[in-house]
Amino acid sequence: MSELGVLEETHLTFRLAPEMELEVRACACEMAKSIRMSTDKVEEVGMAVVEACINAIEHSRAADGQLHLGLAVLGSAGADEPQGLRITIQDQGVGFDCSKLVPPRIEDNLKAIRKRGWGLKIIEGLMDEVNVLSGEGGTSVVMLKAL
Amino acid sequence: MNEGLKLNVERRDGLAVIYTDGYINNQGGEEIAEAAYGLLDEGFGTLLLNLAGTKIVNSIGISILIEIIEKMIEVEGRLSFCHLTPTIEKTFHIMGLAQYASIFPDEQAAVTELQAGAS
Repeated sequence: MSELGVLEETHLTFRLAPEMELEVRACACEMAKSIRMSTDKVEEVGMAVVEACINAIEHSRAADGQLHLGLAVLGSAGADEPQGLRITIQDQGVGFDCSKLVPPRIEDNLKAIRKRGWGLKIIEGLMDEVNVLSGEGGTSVVMLKAL
Repeated sequence: MNEGLKLNVERRDGLAVIYTDGYINNQGGEEIAEAAYGLLDEGFGTLLLNLAGTKIVNSIGISILIEIIEKMIEVEGRLSFCHLTPTIEKTFHIMGLAQYASIFPDEQAAVTELQAGAS
């Protein structure tokens, strides 16, 4: 899907705060519905967006306190028919080292005191393509969902 | 924005059903845990979480559900779910929760199996 062109693009900025994930989710789901994505896929987009926002709220420590949402409708060059949606959730926080992430396992999680760390695994399970870029300039989670 | 999770509890023969209505985030998860542990104290070892009224969950809320599953395993009880949206069910499978908690399509199917298992 990443080889497709951008037919339409929208950028929105939100203040990082508890439950702002519901506003971001509503925007992403609205765009997914507008390109006639199936209801189940719209819900999967919504859940992935909620998880990406929660990661930013909890871990970004962004000095500007902002989260940027990018929504791009993807399609073949020269054709008007949408073929998918690219969602980018970006913060300008402290970033993290992606190579140090250990995917959680339920059998370990059940015995652990801390039962968190599921966000990225859920996003990867629900979306068709996921790319996380993180460093000193912040974190970008780029997620693709085909129609 | 979120008006909070609303809970209802029904005590039946051999099991208790917790009905959720709203977003299961950290606050919602804590409320479910409080209700579940209260029911355990009352002697209900079989709990059914009916999520018909919940369309959105997040991983913080689910991590609290994992704590409840852990507690149920500890006391040899059982936590089950019914009426999940396809996305919530898929998420539970991605996380592996379905290995430790049964998922039923509806309450009738759940109650029939859980009451048979409890007797």
